[in-house]
Amino acid sequence: MKLNWFKYASPATFYPLAGKLIPWFALSAAGLTLAGLYLSFFVAPTDFQQGESYRIIFIHVPAAWMSMFIYIVMAGWAAAGLIFNTRLSSMMANALAPTGALFTFIALWTGALWGKPTWGAWWVWDARLTSELILLFLYLGFLALHAAIDDTRRADRASALLALVGVANVPIIYFSVKWWNTLHQGASVSMTMAPKMAATMLLGMLVMALACWMYSIAAALVRVRCIILEREQQAEWLAKLTQEPA
Amino acid sequence: MIRTLGHIVARDVLLAMRRRADVATTLFFFVIVASLFPLGVGPEPKLLRAMAPGILWVAALLASMLSLGRLFDADYADGSLEQLMLAPEPLALVVIGKVVAHWLISGLPLVLIAPVIALQFDLPAGSLGTLLLALLLGTPLLSLIGAIGAALTVGVRGGGVLVSLLVLPLYVPVLIFGAGAVDASATGMDASGHLSILGALLLLGMVLAPWATAAALRISLE
Repeated sequence: MKLNWFKYASPATFYPLAGKLIPWFALSAAGLTLAGLYLSFFVAPTDFQQGESYRIIFIHVPAAWMSMFIYIVMAGWAAAGLIFNTRLSSMMANALAPTGALFTFIALWTGALWGKPTWGAWWVWDARLTSELILLFLYLGFLALHAAIDDTRRADRASALLALVGVANVPIIYFSVKWWNTLHQGASVSMTMAPKMAATMLLGMLVMALACWMYSIAAALVRVRCIILEREQQAEWLAKLTQEPA
Repeated sequence: MIRTLGHIVARDVLLAMRRRADVATTLFFFVIVASLFPLGVGPEPKLLRAMAPGILWVAALLASMLSLGRLFDADYADGSLEQLMLAPEPLALVVIGKVVAHWLISGLPLVLIAPVIALQFDLPAGSLGTLLLALLLGTPLLSLIGAIGAALTVGVRGGGVLVSLLVLPLYVPVLIFGAGAVDASATGMDASGHLSILGALLLLGMVLAPWATAAALRISLE
């Protein structure tokens, strides 16, 4: 039998599939969060330099990872939408953007909370902080452009192009900020953590990262279902689906 | 191809010259923004000298962004943009022509007046040349990147504010290396590294930005 790769590219088939998948991802997100929190609060040892405050790493680092990763995935969906002209791809890109922006914000916020006790400052113009901030601006630009254009098709395509331009620029921005930073201030603040990380710390961080993954997928699927409902109001399959007794 | 390019540049420059006030507005905006900073931070010469490269570059960035609306909006409003898109010449070529014209109108005057403003900030005479060179390399890049944002927001309500949100994050590398070059030469270091990177970015922008802008225009006017 030939595998149909594009079967779930149609909103009509994807909508029920997403509905079936959401509980699984949501449950595993909840389970992994509980496990991750247990690991990070009760199992992981106290850091001998930073004391208890280092524990913010368990949300900070996964959030920072997710913020960058989601932007790339979003740009991938946006590119797919431009190339194959599939409606669902653009919807996915739109569904991911708020989650990505949220994680970027969380990474910045927890970074500030972590910075105060360890460096004595809420904010330093470190390369990573600065590029994360600019990443947040890129997300906001994507969302703002999409919101400003009324015609959804044009909005999808325009914001997709913006996401691609952003992805091409992210490495340039990152390296320029890095060089700028090394030129302006010496390594007064070292972002690198203690060289050896206890295995349980790493484990806690990875579990939390997985939990963030599951949460992102679940949230994106919920959001994409809403977008499908919004955009496919007139579709026949939707009318059939909603008339059926649940 | 070159002739078409010349025609487009000449047309846009001519149109801008018919409304000189618009060109002057951008220039005066640059001058005023740069002059406001000493009023805000105080007239301490040492402080001003240290801040001059950054202030001049941020002011240039904002002034260049302010004039982005004129890139496509008027042509879109009177329909000539659609005619240009129907022309047999590649759209990227049209875009290059319009970007060149935009730079001649809003970028070049800034470059020429910037050394005068720099004197207000007591920038050492030796680094005025670097400032000029960095702006010469950087301002075309601002026009190139800005064109993408301007093309994406053609005919969008509130486009002027939106374009700043889209374009300013992408301006960051230009700002860093542009101001870095002037800063380096003012503190007696070699600025050639910064200028080389700025030049490399300009080449990259010249290759990629017109293409992206053309794609954005097609999306906006389909």
